[in-house]
Amino acid sequence: MTDSSEDTKGTAAAAPEKAAQPAAFLDVRDLKVHFPTDDGVVKSVDGLTFSLEKGKTLGIVGESGSGKSVTSLAVMGLHRAARQQRSKVTMSGEIWLDGKELVSADPDEVRRLRGREMAMIFQDPLSALHPFYSVGTQIVEAYRVHHAVDKKTARKRAVEMLDRVGIPQPDKRVDDHPHQFSGGMRQRAMIAMALVNNPELLIADEPTTALDVTVQAQILDLIRDLQKEFGSAVIIITHDLGVVAELADDLLVMYGGRCVERGPAEKVFSAPQHPYTWGLLGSMPRIDRDQTDRLIPVKGSPPSLINVPSGCAFNPRCPYADVPEDNLTRTVRPELREVGGGHFSACHLPQEERERIWTEEIAPKL
Amino acid sequence: MYSYIIRRLISAVVLLLIVSAVTFGIFFLLPKLAGQTTDQLAQQYIGKAPTPADIAAVKKNLGLDKPVFEQYWDFLKGIFVGVDYKFGPEAAKCHVPCFGYSFKTHIEVWPEIQSRLPVTLSLAAGAAVLWVVSGVATGVLSALRPGSVFDRMAMTVALAGVSLPMFFTGALALALFTYQWPIFERSDYVPLMEDPFLWARTLVLPWVTLAFLYSALYARLTRAGMLETLSEDYIRTARAKGLREGKVVVRHGLRAALTPIITVFGMDLGLLLGGALITEQVFSLKGVGAFAVEAINANDLPNILGVTLLAAFFIVLCNLVVDVLYAAVDPRVRLS
Repeated sequence: MTDSSEDTKGTAAAAPEKAAQPAAFLDVRDLKVHFPTDDGVVKSVDGLTFSLEKGKTLGIVGESGSGKSVTSLAVMGLHRAARQQRSKVTMSGEIWLDGKELVSADPDEVRRLRGREMAMIFQDPLSALHPFYSVGTQIVEAYRVHHAVDKKTARKRAVEMLDRVGIPQPDKRVDDHPHQFSGGMRQRAMIAMALVNNPELLIADEPTTALDVTVQAQILDLIRDLQKEFGSAVIIITHDLGVVAELADDLLVMYGGRCVERGPAEKVFSAPQHPYTWGLLGSMPRIDRDQTDRLIPVKGSPPSLINVPSGCAFNPRCPYADVPEDNLTRTVRPELREVGGGHFSACHLPQEERERIWTEEIAPKL
Repeated sequence: MYSYIIRRLISAVVLLLIVSAVTFGIFFLLPKLAGQTTDQLAQQYIGKAPTPADIAAVKKNLGLDKPVFEQYWDFLKGIFVGVDYKFGPEAAKCHVPCFGYSFKTHIEVWPEIQSRLPVTLSLAAGAAVLWVVSGVATGVLSALRPGSVFDRMAMTVALAGVSLPMFFTGALALALFTYQWPIFERSDYVPLMEDPFLWARTLVLPWVTLAFLYSALYARLTRAGMLETLSEDYIRTARAKGLREGKVVVRHGLRAALTPIITVFGMDLGLLLGGALITEQVFSLKGVGAFAVEAINANDLPNILGVTLLAAFFIVLCNLVVDVLYAAVDPRVRLS
């Protein structure tokens, strides 16, 4: 089942024919990341296409196991960084970063881009930082991988970065170990480490999930400020729609390893076109909502990535699965179709019907 | 860091005092509890047919007639300042550290042990270097390709190494490389300073046999530790920086996996320095271990006491070093 026939208007309009060099800064086409296991092939990402320009932020949302983290690791080339990992994953499709194709590139070439042109912030900064090395040592290391400078220069750079991300007394704290930092400071240090080489692409994988709510906002502000300053492209991966509402220009909703909805953030928020997105919005707590109203969870659990449901992967959990005729939702996989203005949705419901359900049934309850 | 080291040092000294008290208590109280009189103990020192006057004199000189606490105090004093024994033809000063005289040979305990130490030190140090290098290297390589042919072969060999007793592998090595093919001829220990080549040649077989036993354990330990640390988040971070895989494995993976290895290494080395009993027997090396065996066979209390305390000293010392290394490796340790 190929899904490369995705409509290439809108955000990906600049992308011409396959194999040609794209105009977008980051262009991912029909990306598939499969993990062969004893139980079968886990199709973590199964045909994903998106693009991103410098200075823009893309939010990828979806529940656990939807393939969003696997996507980010695939862009970073981290599924194949070590030789012993390479037999455990099969990747296809294309990832173009600034004119270079990464899926077919030599892993060592991708390694040289890692940390320099693309960097990543991880979910839990305590486990993502090495407990035995000082924060400064780890930032210095990140800098010296890509810059032939002596330790003193690199250390100055590390202090500078710590200062930039808002760590007080950076010249002293640079020698502290991660366990001596608070959770928010650790994530700041992580960000300093990711940005030390001025990467043009920053991927933040659930950057605020492990943090206190008060710290979350600070970290998001920091990421936004730094993006403005450095003009880099940012991908924010999260299950928290509140996070992307703050930051993202574009939104990509993933379900079962595929994109079910994609478009400019304000459009996806104001007029979502997929029942799964409705479900995500309905399960998000809101301060302006009447307290007697209950959250509406998405019923059921995420699909198996080995035996993905036929037709629309969301059909077992979709309350509107029976609306389209001929059992269409259970037999034919819906393709992404533009609903207008660079807003795409993969759903068999007729567009008028979707708009009616959204405005009459869903929106009033949110 | 320094306060941490000082704290560990103090607790090590206290521990040694406790160990010495308990050991002393066991060795000098147990004969009493077993119904042996001090006369009989003194008789052990003199030999076959003592006169009552001899026994009285020996008892007085060795302090056997004093209460046990006083005897222990004298014993401790002897270790730190020496003791003057004034009797008979061999009236002499027992030098620091004085562990007393052998009951059987009437020779000072410490110089006897001291003369055996180089053998045991050479044996333990050489074997330790061998087994750490080979064990850790094998473990790392296995962990990098779990399930590969190399991994499975290495782990099978490791299992054999752990399971086969020293007296079997040692005897086998002797049979093959000393008698069947005389590559390493049987010879007495030659001091390192005298002839480094001969020194190494006499010790190669015991080194390799000892290292085979231990490196098997270390390979398994390293492999398990590496498999665990290589799946940690900070390894992914290290890769995300663009580090070469070799650096990721060694600087980030192995460094974190080393902690349990250091712990076990301290224990193993400490135990070995107190005498490699079986190895020294198998290869007829006259080290501390052989000395201990002789002392026990001869029921020579002062010798047994001395060698036991030495072993305890090495174990405490090695653990002290391990604690300091720990703090150097893992900065989180210094806090607690």
